[in-house]
Amino acid sequence: MNVVYFAWVRERIGLPQETVDTDAATVNDLIAELSAREERYAAAFADVSALRVALDQELSDFDAPLAGVREVAFFPPMTGG
Amino acid sequence: MSVRVQSEAFDTGAELNSFAQDRTDIGAVVSFTGVVRDTKGDLQEMLIEHYPGMTESAITKIAREAMQRWALADVLVIHRYGPLKPGEPIMMVATASAHRAAAFEAADFLMDYLKSRAPFWKKEVTHEGGSWVDAKDADEDALKRW
Repeated sequence: MNVVYFAWVRERIGLPQETVDTDAATVNDLIAELSAREERYAAAFADVSALRVALDQELSDFDAPLAGVREVAFFPPMTGG
Repeated sequence: MSVRVQSEAFDTGAELNSFAQDRTDIGAVVSFTGVVRDTKGDLQEMLIEHYPGMTESAITKIAREAMQRWALADVLVIHRYGPLKPGEPIMMVATASAHRAAAFEAADFLMDYLKSRAPFWKKEVTHEGGSWVDAKDADEDALKRW
């Protein structure tokens, strides 16, 4: 699964994207798995209310299932316009 | 309907002049231009990051919804990314309709949704470094109007 990061999430984790081999059932499970890896992930995911998630480029929820998903993106609330 | 996501500058006047030019059933054109603002007088540049692919599809979805909700003849959305200088246009929307109410409302709707639902992130860079612009609660609340 391709995992992509934007804005300060990307800076905190130190990567724009990576391939993650996971059996995580939901977005929350994936976050728990990544946070357990290294401190920089735990720091980026410390406050999930400050984050948004997109599954295959559609905004989604943290309890959404990951079955069949190819790309997960984590980023702060958007500031377009 | 036209949606463009680009790093290059655009000419607001030229875009507006050619927008819906070949239509004679239009009585109103409304446009909004967003400009890089230097609030404290120390802004060197504004870096705009986006999510290629999702950006285009999210804006297209928002523009399509506007076309469905209001009787619009045409919609134009241009949004830039990359480093921008103070005073430069960031983005513009234009709406064309038979009557002004639909054109105004649809432009307002487009702006509210682009603000919070199009995957862009702004970083202000000064000589002291960079800081990400936080989304405002008011921007999220504005969506409830629609």
